[in-house]
Amino acid sequence: MIDLKELKYSRDDEWLRYEGDVAYVGITDYAQSELGDLVFVNLPEVDDEVVAGEPFGDVESVKAVADVISPVSGIVLEVNEDLLDDASLINSDPYGSWFIKVGNVSGEVELLTADEYDEYRG
Amino acid sequence: MGTFIPNTREEQLKMLNEIGYKDFDDLFKVIPAEAKVKGDLNLPEGLSEIEVDRKVQGLADKNVVFRSIFRGAGAYNHYVPSAVDAIAGKEEFVTAYTPYQAEISQGILQSIFEYQTMIAEITGMDIANASMYDGASAAAEACWMCKDRKHSTIYVSGALDERILTVINTYSFGRGSKVVVIPAKEGVTDKDALKKALADDPEASCFLMQYPNFYGIIEDADELCKITHDAGAKFIMYCHPLALGALRSPGEVGADIAVGEGQPLGLGLEFGGPYLGFLSTRNEYMRQIPGRLIGETVDTRGERGFVLTIQAREQHIRREKASSNICSNEAWCALRAGIYLSTIGPKGYEEVATLCSSKAHYMAAELEKIGMKRCFKGEFWNEFATTCPDADKLLAALEAKGILGGLKLCCGCCDAGCDTDCILWCCTELNTKEDIDEVIAIAKEVF
Amino acid sequence: MKLIFEKSIPGRGQDIFPACDVPVAMPEAPLRKAKAHLPEISENEMGRHYTALAKRAHGVNDGFYPLGSCTMKHNPRINEKMAALPGFTKLHPLQPAHTVQGANELIGELEKFLCEITGMAGVTFQPAAGAHGEFTGLLLIKAYHTDRGDTERNEIIVPDAAHGTNPASATMAGYKTIVIKSNENGTVDIDDLKAHLGPKTAGLMLTNPNTVGLFDPNIMEITRLVHEAGGLCYYDGANLNAVIGIVRPADIGFDVIHMNLHKTFSTPHGGGGPGSGPCAYKDFLAPFAPGLVCKDGKEYTRAEKSIGNMTGFYGNFLVMVKAYTYLLTIGKDVHTLAENAVLNANYMQEKLKDIYPIAFDTTCMHEFVIGLDPIYRKTHVSALDVAKALLDYGIHPPTIYFPLIVHEALMIEPTETETKETLDEAITAFREIYDRIFNAPESVQQAPQTTPVLRLDDTKAAREPHLRYDFD
Repeated sequence: MIDLKELKYSRDDEWLRYEGDVAYVGITDYAQSELGDLVFVNLPEVDDEVVAGEPFGDVESVKAVADVISPVSGIVLEVNEDLLDDASLINSDPYGSWFIKVGNVSGEVELLTADEYDEYRG
Repeated sequence: MGTFIPNTREEQLKMLNEIGYKDFDDLFKVIPAEAKVKGDLNLPEGLSEIEVDRKVQGLADKNVVFRSIFRGAGAYNHYVPSAVDAIAGKEEFVTAYTPYQAEISQGILQSIFEYQTMIAEITGMDIANASMYDGASAAAEACWMCKDRKHSTIYVSGALDERILTVINTYSFGRGSKVVVIPAKEGVTDKDALKKALADDPEASCFLMQYPNFYGIIEDADELCKITHDAGAKFIMYCHPLALGALRSPGEVGADIAVGEGQPLGLGLEFGGPYLGFLSTRNEYMRQIPGRLIGETVDTRGERGFVLTIQAREQHIRREKASSNICSNEAWCALRAGIYLSTIGPKGYEEVATLCSSKAHYMAAELEKIGMKRCFKGEFWNEFATTCPDADKLLAALEAKGILGGLKLCCGCCDAGCDTDCILWCCTELNTKEDIDEVIAIAKEVF
Repeated sequence: MKLIFEKSIPGRGQDIFPACDVPVAMPEAPLRKAKAHLPEISENEMGRHYTALAKRAHGVNDGFYPLGSCTMKHNPRINEKMAALPGFTKLHPLQPAHTVQGANELIGELEKFLCEITGMAGVTFQPAAGAHGEFTGLLLIKAYHTDRGDTERNEIIVPDAAHGTNPASATMAGYKTIVIKSNENGTVDIDDLKAHLGPKTAGLMLTNPNTVGLFDPNIMEITRLVHEAGGLCYYDGANLNAVIGIVRPADIGFDVIHMNLHKTFSTPHGGGGPGSGPCAYKDFLAPFAPGLVCKDGKEYTRAEKSIGNMTGFYGNFLVMVKAYTYLLTIGKDVHTLAENAVLNANYMQEKLKDIYPIAFDTTCMHEFVIGLDPIYRKTHVSALDVAKALLDYGIHPPTIYFPLIVHEALMIEPTETETKETLDEAITAFREIYDRIFNAPESVQQAPQTTPVLRLDDTKAAREPHLRYDFD
């Protein structure tokens, strides 16, 4: 089980979690519920560079598309192939559905704690 | 004089007054005065229906309708079964817009779903889209589908119809991509040149060939496909849809994308349009497809129904990141193609391919007998190029008898070293043996 | 209902093709192995199949079709009759010029009409649809700048209320889209425009009247500012029906425009196309025009610095025949189209605005936008629900969720060819639905009930794409 208190959150509704030096990035429960039923994600390729505050991919619902903004700068180590096959995982388990793992992390956007994020989106 | 506005002038004024405007000037006062046209436009007085009918008919009468046509080169004189006009002419089909509201557009949606299936079937591919503007623009869009961050150079065969190449070039001027033409040798793509060009270019994205090619030759698609795939590029086949009644389908060849001009599928010659671009591909490229896609789903009762789907690729959602800007397509032409293929069925589909081939081979043999030799050795289906001592003279003699002869080719097409003119001939199921013999007889008289 | 493939029985069908009257000869090339699964069905059964499909479709001839931005006006029958004349339909596009004098004369005459209507100097008929016309116009702009050696201009300015085709076309033309804001009146924010104009500006794309149905009062200043920055002005003519005969885009500073013959000029849309999107331009863009044109009846020529071709031949010729027929009928009275289109829109707006929130409550042009958001927040009845409820009244819904700057948008364009009675009936339907939103909201949320299928599962369609019939 992922402890939501352990995560950090961006104002663009992405979450960030570290395992050692590796950053996991996904979108929050608030984001998935605003977007509605997701049907597809576009993800970067391994070894791509991501930049804090800039889009690295997007999520599609039936009638909308939204950029996913990277909360960190670094290099993509792995992308979650499961989401490419079944985007509904993001709806059913947003905090278990990481989009990318980022290494060589060199910077972050301004991040919120769980309480601050709840306040922000509450 | 003519008008399609139902409300009378009196009713219009009453409506204006009812919502608080004195007259039309008052209604249009939101437009700055300096922006407005002063007085009437310099257009003629409107006409009654009878006058319009007479005038437009007069223009139609100034054109020459040939009774016998031996010209193809991208537009083909095939038979349009009576059912096609009768059914496609239903006003529900003609006067509908794009099927945005699925519940009252099932008829349009299902007809396109059936069309998508038929195009996938004849090309041997997994899936097809709901249509493109025409063959040439479909070819340009297919090339764009293959572009990714690391691969952008487009390769095309030198035996591709120049009109299609021009459209690919024009589209590429937009996004700034390089288009390389692999020269043709003896009427077919120079395989060695292709192999070398692709090997030297890590940015090669695709190679597009025409099948049969502009000169009518059936190229070695399997080998061209292998060369292209070995180099890591995608293989696009631009096909005559009726040739696929006989020839190996793009799916069987292993192509990544099949495109072509759907005009032979139940559309007239129509002076070049509206025609029908078709595009089919493998499942894995589904999300790169430009244009509309119709998909199957269920309604709240579990009944089967159809909707526009995977729309997040498209311009109205993805805007500047869309896979294409295409919005209107050629849905009604696709409807005609669906009715056409349903009318002729699998048996007719093979028959028409056989008829075209047989007539063309008969004609080629007869022309050969009177000294008009084929320019190239390769196998052909419905079109072939021959030498001609004086193309203008022969074509004029045919025209005088109501026959549209083949297309005179520009010099340099024939690398057989002939010093005469060349003509690209085309036969369809509509050319009878008598018609062909008549051409031969006239040619004998001329030369 | 069944698919045509599900009605197929092996061996059925009819003979269309005769026996071969020459020796059968197939090419010595690899032939196809897998047969194409095509329907085997009698003409009678096929006719009934498509008749059933036609009954499950809704065209302008079936009922009111106020689909905003699409100008679903009446499609006169005479247009269809003229476009079906063998003297047009049986012409090979590569016939000698002297055998297609009438066709080329028609194209020339239509060009003159459209030049007079837009104030432009020339027209290319190459584009097959509106978006294709946008792409063409942007390539003309690009060719112009490139030809002058002005190659740093790589930005196209597009207001946030624009059709999605505008930014998509800009990308196809190799441009970066710069989005500028609309102001509180729904028109271009002049300060934001100024802030984004500069040496990188290739041009501005503007829909006028804009997508909320308003004529931009600062239009002359906007085009002046763009020109001062060295950019060109592109007029998206999707909404030309609102101002035809009243305002000419060239007179108010635009350099290039596309028109939708299938909107303003009454040609039918065929369930999605074919359209025709001719692009008109000022003199200085003429050298870049695409396509082969026959002006003298003798030979086809190409502009000296032509961008090439947008379609294989000359564009959608039969659609041009229909538009030409229409303009012959209407003649110099074209301004009456705009007058009545605008009158009908304002009439509906005025009769609905006491209950439905109008996005920008002022005199509209040919269409207006309801922003249902305040009602949605109170009742959870959405623009989609209202649209679906209209289906049960036999009315095609307005455009919904566009423009994006209005939440829960319903965009209504009645057109000039509807009677006052039709408008009144639609107004009554809208008002009844309004009552139901508050008295029986679930009846609106569950609409439609009278259509051949009920609400369809779009999510399932997108998550499990099923784009063709699977044989066995």
